Amino acid sequence: MSNKPDIYYVPESSHWPAVGAAGLFFFFLGLIMWLHHHPVAEYIFYVGALILAYMMFGWFGDVIRESQSGLYDKRMDKSFRISMMWFIFSEVMFFGAFFGALFYTRVLSVPWLAGAGHQEFTHMLLWPNFTAHWPLLLNPDQSQFLGPKAAMGVWGIATFNTIVLLTSGVTITLAHWALKKGERNKLLIWQGLTVLLGIIFLISQGHEYYHAYTELDMRLNSGIYSTTFFMLTGFHGAHVTIGTIMLMVTWFRCKKGHFTNENHFAFEAVSWYWHFVDIVWLLLFIFVYWL
Amino acid sequence: MSDAVMDSHDHDHHHGPAHKGFKRWLFTTNHKDIGTMYLIFALVMLFVGGAFALVIRAELFMPGLQIVSPDYFNQMTTMHGLVMVFMVIMPAMTGLANWQIPLMIGAPDMALPRLNNWSFWILPIALALIGSTLFIDGPGPNFGWTFYAPLSTTYGPPSTDYMIFAIHLLGLSSIMGSINIIVTIFNLRAPGMTLMKMPIFVWTWLITAFLIIAVMPVLAGAVTMMLMDRHFGTAFFEAGGGGDPVMFQHIFWFFGHPEVYILILPAFGVISEVIPTFSSKKIFGYRFMVYATASIAILSFVVWAHHMFTTGIPLAAELFFMYTTMLIAVPTGIKVFNWVGTMWRGALRFEPPMLFAVAFVILFTIGGFSGLMLSIVPADYQYQDTYFVVAHFHYVLVPGALFGIMTAVYYWLPKWSGKMYSHKLANWHFWLTVISLNLTFFPMHFLGLAGMPRRIPDYALQFTNFNAVATVGAFMFGLSQLVFVWLIISTVRSGKPTTPEVWESSHGLEWTLPSPPPYHTFETPPHVE
Amino acid sequence: MRWRSSLFLILTPLLTFAEQMPTINMTQGVTKVSRDIYDLHMTIFLICCVIGVIVFGAILYSIIHHRKSKGAVAADFHENATLEFAWTLIPFLILIVMAVPATRVLVSMRDASKPDVNIKVVGYQWKWQYEYLDQGISFFSSLATPLDQIHNKIKKNKDYLLDVDKPLVVPIHKKIRFLVTSNDVIHSWWMPAFGIKRDAIPGYIHEAWAVIEQPGMYYGRCAELCGADHGFMPVVVKAVTEVEYKKWIKSQHEAKKQSAAASNKKMTQDELMAEGKKAYDAHCASCHKATGEGMPPVFPALKNGLIVVGPADAQIKLVLNGVKGTAMQAFGAQLDDVTLAAIITYERNAWGNDNIGKKYKKMIQPSDIKAARSEGK
Ligand code: HEA
Ligand code: HEA
Ligand code: HEC
Ligand code: CUA
Ligand SMILES: [Cu+2]
Repeated sequence: MSNKPDIYYVPESSHWPAVGAAGLFFFFLGLIMWLHHHPVAEYIFYVGALILAYMMFGWFGDVIRESQSGLYDKRMDKSFRISMMWFIFSEVMFFGAFFGALFYTRVLSVPWLAGAGHQEFTHMLLWPNFTAHWPLLLNPDQSQFLGPKAAMGVWGIATFNTIVLLTSGVTITLAHWALKKGERNKLLIWQGLTVLLGIIFLISQGHEYYHAYTELDMRLNSGIYSTTFFMLTGFHGAHVTIGTIMLMVTWFRCKKGHFTNENHFAFEAVSWYWHFVDIVWLLLFIFVYWL
Repeated sequence: MSDAVMDSHDHDHHHGPAHKGFKRWLFTTNHKDIGTMYLIFALVMLFVGGAFALVIRAELFMPGLQIVSPDYFNQMTTMHGLVMVFMVIMPAMTGLANWQIPLMIGAPDMALPRLNNWSFWILPIALALIGSTLFIDGPGPNFGWTFYAPLSTTYGPPSTDYMIFAIHLLGLSSIMGSINIIVTIFNLRAPGMTLMKMPIFVWTWLITAFLIIAVMPVLAGAVTMMLMDRHFGTAFFEAGGGGDPVMFQHIFWFFGHPEVYILILPAFGVISEVIPTFSSKKIFGYRFMVYATASIAILSFVVWAHHMFTTGIPLAAELFFMYTTMLIAVPTGIKVFNWVGTMWRGALRFEPPMLFAVAFVILFTIGGFSGLMLSIVPADYQYQDTYFVVAHFHYVLVPGALFGIMTAVYYWLPKWSGKMYSHKLANWHFWLTVISLNLTFFPMHFLGLAGMPRRIPDYALQFTNFNAVATVGAFMFGLSQLVFVWLIISTVRSGKPTTPEVWESSHGLEWTLPSPPPYHTFETPPHVE
Repeated sequence: MRWRSSLFLILTPLLTFAEQMPTINMTQGVTKVSRDIYDLHMTIFLICCVIGVIVFGAILYSIIHHRKSKGAVAADFHENATLEFAWTLIPFLILIVMAVPATRVLVSMRDASKPDVNIKVVGYQWKWQYEYLDQGISFFSSLATPLDQIHNKIKKNKDYLLDVDKPLVVPIHKKIRFLVTSNDVIHSWWMPAFGIKRDAIPGYIHEAWAVIEQPGMYYGRCAELCGADHGFMPVVVKAVTEVEYKKWIKSQHEAKKQSAAASNKKMTQDELMAEGKKAYDAHCASCHKATGEGMPPVFPALKNGLIVVGPADAQIKLVLNGVKGTAMQAFGAQLDDVTLAAIITYERNAWGNDNIGKKYKKMIQPSDIKAARSEGK
């Protein structure tokens, strides 16, 4: 904690943001060139990724050091909290776009292609053989978008994953309680378990994708059902990955004793993030797998 | 300000920048430096985007193809729109926020200074990505700033990917910038500065920042879907796979409509600061101004499909979006009426900021009226995608958003630089700008009604006269902006020193500081009664 | 008419120049819908004018009378809830006054049921296809303005950029339903005189309709950015009496038979090249350019292009069937055998292509196209 309350810490200057901007530049440039099959693209991309990683270590390192040396006051803690909340809000809106696409296609465009609403001519003149179903296995244009053989099951891997993630929501809360009570061993165990559950989730999702590609012939290009399936679960999976990495980092920081029972913003931020990822999964389970 | 109270942790602490030269700007965490960089960036980009507009106008001077090919023309339209929206108005507004919000609420700096620097430096990176498309092989983005699928997906040139990632970066930059602004406003207000005592400019930015955080991620989603459709065979915007090209428009405009209020709300804030000062009165109806701003923001989420009336969305949807769109006239009207109410029986002084502010109120209202006409669905069937729309949005954007920025510069530049500009030069700039602007954009109403579509490089002979007028006006407008640049440069270099208050009857925390304010201000917060 | 005359009153001084005076207002058009729209437009416009006069009047009054330099002293009121509620409520009521007729017109114009004629309108980059669903007639309609006029090499006609090679022909006093869609990107079929603007969405069909009241030629354009030649995609509708319409239908059926017969004739190199240049400029030059240089990498160059100087069969197939997922359309459905033979011959010989790949066939006859077509089936 700060021993000089009410002085808001303003860092003098920092080169990390500039490093980060350069990293982003090479990262995205590499990505674009990769899409265009440029021979050196991957190297540019990796350089960018490395610079970004370097930036994150350095920047977060600075923040941690400042925090440890008591430069931050209560208001700084609150600044971090508010910004984390708004950051999560922005993530909510990002997922909102993809959920929007899911609902739009399920409720509107697929039925329209089959003649619902005022679209009888769309159906009659353009897609006479198309019928609306969800999950959509037979696409309007099967020659361009070959539909999958079957839809993804609900009560297998997806249910297992739901249980895994929900459990991890519990374990992280237990870890938080332990932290508040100052029980370090319990904290490390519960937090470690949460990491483990995150990893299990990712492995099992990888397995699910493998199953989709090899057994169901369900691919990114198999029409709107698999499009929305892969994009939603894919972005969710990416968030689980990031969340798991952040959990690991906090585990190490717990181990190093960075957090006190009062001052542990970073821990809480990660757990908010994890709960957010959890809730997104529940929505996915309901709207992508189940209904 | 008292310099004695300093954070003593930093013993070699000094009161200027930590570095000199280029490093100062590259590594700075100071809200004033960053604000300055945003503003300069925006000013430079105004000339870049303006140069694109001049290419457009030059080509449209006469019927026939004279200067550019149709495809290049489309690139100009696209780049002009993207640059003006994302790299002129948004950064300029963010620059104003950076400079002013800490000064106006008595904060030591922005809440997250390093993030602030990052937000800025991502902009040139995004610019480099999207700008490079004009130089690489093959056409640059050529589908308008709205990049509708499938023109931008299946039929888009390879350079589209540069635009997609540039937009990701712009989104990242503005989201981080907005988080910073929100945190600063919520967390760093001086004691006694309650929310309902905040200057209106701060209020409008608070709400704008909320809008940005809410809709930029949606835009990121839209371009991500484009990317997937382009390269990985997904079917978001392909009927053959069960998707719908119109869905792209829904997602885009869910972002796009709030976006236009993102561009205008901070300008509303600036005008709400300037009119009271130069009317020697308090703002009329402070509370209603705040409520109106919030209502505009909330309504802006439920009107997006008014850009899509001709796409064949269901009748019920058309009715819904028509009604909600029309409703926005009510809170906007409240703002206009309150500005008039503030001027009413004041003691008006027509110094340069006030000139721009009054022109703003009148010309923006004209743009608002044409907006209202556009919201009437049957009439929009005739207006949509014509120069009537172009006239509408330039009236709200140029004498609206852009004038908001210019008003702010005229109002606060003496504070920032400590020097007063030449009023004579400013008056020249004002009158040249107002006249040429109307010469450029007013005839576009006629062109649109007479049937000239937008985004065309060549037109039927009946449109010749008004196009010629508009082109002459545009070049005049461009030249007039050189006066603006000259004014800024000469003020900073050799303006007359000014007082802390700068303006008669100015009020607010920023005017209690010296002009220019010291590098670090309000390190111990002031008290507000 | 009502509105027009009041407008003219305001603009009396300009009337002296009425001859050259450009149009400054929306057309009233020739359908009930378009007139309803016009009236709606003028109503809202005038309401806005009135509000504008009041608001701007108040501003002007303050500017003149409440100037500090004139010795004005600032009052210190800055709040009045009654006033705030008044200027919330009054605009709201005005909006309702606008919304009522708007709703009425909108509901009436969206009802496309019980048509007499069904026409499918398909947007292509950059032309329109019209398909008479009940008559089995289908044709393409594209810009008639010669490239030389666009490039300012010759004087522009009065109908510059307005005219097409083959207008859509429809009868008056009948309810015509347009079923609008697209083959590639989004276009928009806009006919101001009918009050119709309907986006052409690939994969979906949206309706519009018109009952035209007067015979005549009506001009419109594509209104949605659809790529490079979006500005060169006019719409022309020729409205005729029922009798003439029937006659026209018959002539179309006749023409179809004739063109089928022409596939068997033999043409000379010169005939093919002359016809080919004309057709190439009209149908292909918008992408591949009149110089054959295209706009790589999106639109490949045909000058010295691999396919064009290679085996003829491959080129014929490509042009007939197009390339799926690209802008290259299937021209087999659009052009007849003579034209295709001419274009392909032209491409194989123009721009110096005649000197490259000499071992391959350079001259293509209509019969070759016919053969390739039947082979494809
Ligand atoms: C700063 C930006 C800005 C602002 C503030 C607005 C404000 C409004 N806009 Fe505009 N708009 C754009 C930027 C903006 N717009 C852009 C960029 C486009 C084109 C995008 C593209 O396609 O590229 C566009 C397009 C656009 C369309 C689509 C047109 C088309 O493509 O067919 C429509 C349709 O409804 C519309 C409506 C409105 C309305 C109703 C308002 C209202 O907010 C206006 C409200 C204000 C007033 C009405 C005036 C003041 C009020 C009074 C004095 C009270 C009394 C008045 C009455 C009761 C009438 N706008
Ligand atoms: C805030 C946003 C903003 C601003 C400020 C402007 C400013 C201007 N715009 Fe803007 N415009 C848009 C946003 C904006 N525009 C958008 C979103 C579109 C839609 C794009 C789309 O369809 O996708 C558009 C489209 C658009 C079109 C329609 C293009 C088309 O449909 O084909 C036209 C045509 O005239 C035009 C003209 C102008 C002009 C003349 C200015 C002027 O005000 C610019 C003035 C500035 C300068 C001119 C500075 C340059 C000065 C110099 C370079 C110095 C040298 C000067 C001389 C030698 C004279 N714009
Ligand atoms: C709307 C744009 C457009 C029009 C009009 C057009 N083309 Fe093309 N054309 C293309 C595109 C795009 C390709 C490249 C397709 C691909 O990616 O393989 C192409 C490819 C070709 C090729 C193969 C070139 C090569 O070397 O790969 C030939 C031959 C060709 N077009 C002939 C024609 C002819 C003949 C016409 C007119 C009757 C025509 N095109 C009209 C867009 C167009
Ligand atoms: Cu077709 Cu524009
Ligand atoms: Cu809008």
